[in-house]
Amino acid sequence: MTSLYEEVRGDDSEEVSTCLVTVRVNGVNRSAKVEPRLLLAHFIRQGLRLTGTHVGCDSSNCGACTVLLDGQPVKSCSMFAVQANGHEVMTVEGLSTASELHPIQEGFKDEHGLQCGYCTPGMMLAAKALLDENLNPTEDEIRWALSGNLCRCTGYQNIVKAVLWAAEKMRAQAGK
Amino acid sequence: MYPSRFKYESPKTIEEAIALLTKGNGEAKILAGGMSLIPMMKLRFASPETLIDISNIPNLNYHRADADGTFRIGALCTHADLEKSSILAQHQPTLAATAPLVADPIVRTRGTFVGSVCHADPQGDWSSAMIALDGMIVAQGPKGRRTIAVRDFVTGPFQNVLASNEIAIEAIIPTTKGIRFGGYLKLERRIGDFATAGVAVALELSGASVIRAGIGLTGVGSSTVNAIDAAQSLVGSPLTSQAIERAADLAAQAAQPRSDHRGSATYKRQVVRTFVVRILTEVSSNQVKAA
Repeated sequence: MTSLYEEVRGDDSEEVSTCLVTVRVNGVNRSAKVEPRLLLAHFIRQGLRLTGTHVGCDSSNCGACTVLLDGQPVKSCSMFAVQANGHEVMTVEGLSTASELHPIQEGFKDEHGLQCGYCTPGMMLAAKALLDENLNPTEDEIRWALSGNLCRCTGYQNIVKAVLWAAEKMRAQAGK
Repeated sequence: MYPSRFKYESPKTIEEAIALLTKGNGEAKILAGGMSLIPMMKLRFASPETLIDISNIPNLNYHRADADGTFRIGALCTHADLEKSSILAQHQPTLAATAPLVADPIVRTRGTFVGSVCHADPQGDWSSAMIALDGMIVAQGPKGRRTIAVRDFVTGPFQNVLASNEIAIEAIIPTTKGIRFGGYLKLERRIGDFATAGVAVALELSGASVIRAGIGLTGVGSSTVNAIDAAQSLVGSPLTSQAIERAADLAAQAAQPRSDHRGSATYKRQVVRTFVVRILTEVSSNQVKAA
């Protein structure tokens, strides 16, 4: 169990109230004593050392910090870790297995869906949420589903291609 | 960015949440989706001493049409729930048109309808739709429940009439005597940006004749604009092109936009006018098809 509240403490010696949270992250239960104001993004990055989740704008605009909460995409910079207590979170680290990339990751690699890579984890998780619901999306549906994620390299064209690539592979895998 | 320290509470019942609000004595805030509150706390525009997270209170995530046609939306119903809802499309055309335009798809999975109306942002899409529909908010406090019309509920930018120990538990759209038509259009620089301007129109028609009309304007005033004169001008007659043009002119006059980086006041008025024409023209052609 990690204690995270010390990291956000100031110099004062004020008594700080903490909560015990347990979040199932990428299939493993992780517990920590946290200050309620600890953001989910920081719980993931600093507490669990899963630094694949990026903090971009830190104001719920850019979507770089997107993770899946019970399968739904959420901006982890705009949610407290305590709100995820008892819930399931998937980060980009949960996409691949030790030996295999997820088709979405393969798609981003094959179709050059990234340049600097900063927005990529959020893009991939938003794409996963879409493909979990709709394995045969149109280009428009992909653009719509990713419209809460910003890419400053302006690489949207290849990101959309990457998701189409992944959808095709996932359909083949599902035998459809 | 970290918010100021706060105490976190996670009540299991509405009564417990109200008791915590009462104990908070004006320094406690309700947390539902948090899509406006948490960014504001991070910027320290808001520093509540206590956050009361209502997400673990059961039976607040619903939206339904009662047998008499009254439409109800519970405090934990998210924008995404409404966007994906078939009953919303069936019963509430104005709300169905608004849902996919609120914020961005990821924010919509957390943010709530009722929370958005309570937040009373002049840029809030739902407030315009609720003004157009004569919608109401049900507030529950220690002394019981009261129902407040949204036009009286919002008193200014980010201000509503909730007492410090009241929770907005439900939104209501009253039943209709005619057939509902309506729409919502918004101009934004990119998805997720604040509206340059938005227009919500809600009509009830009996035959070809308009028997009730409401028009709410987003982002063109210090709070949501209720374009009463524009709406009233439509009542009692069919949607002729003259009636549509007149209502659009009156709505543009009702707007009180400010020139800023999203556009000049003149431009925003023109956007309002154009959107009113577009929505009413579409309603007019749908109504002909339906008849």
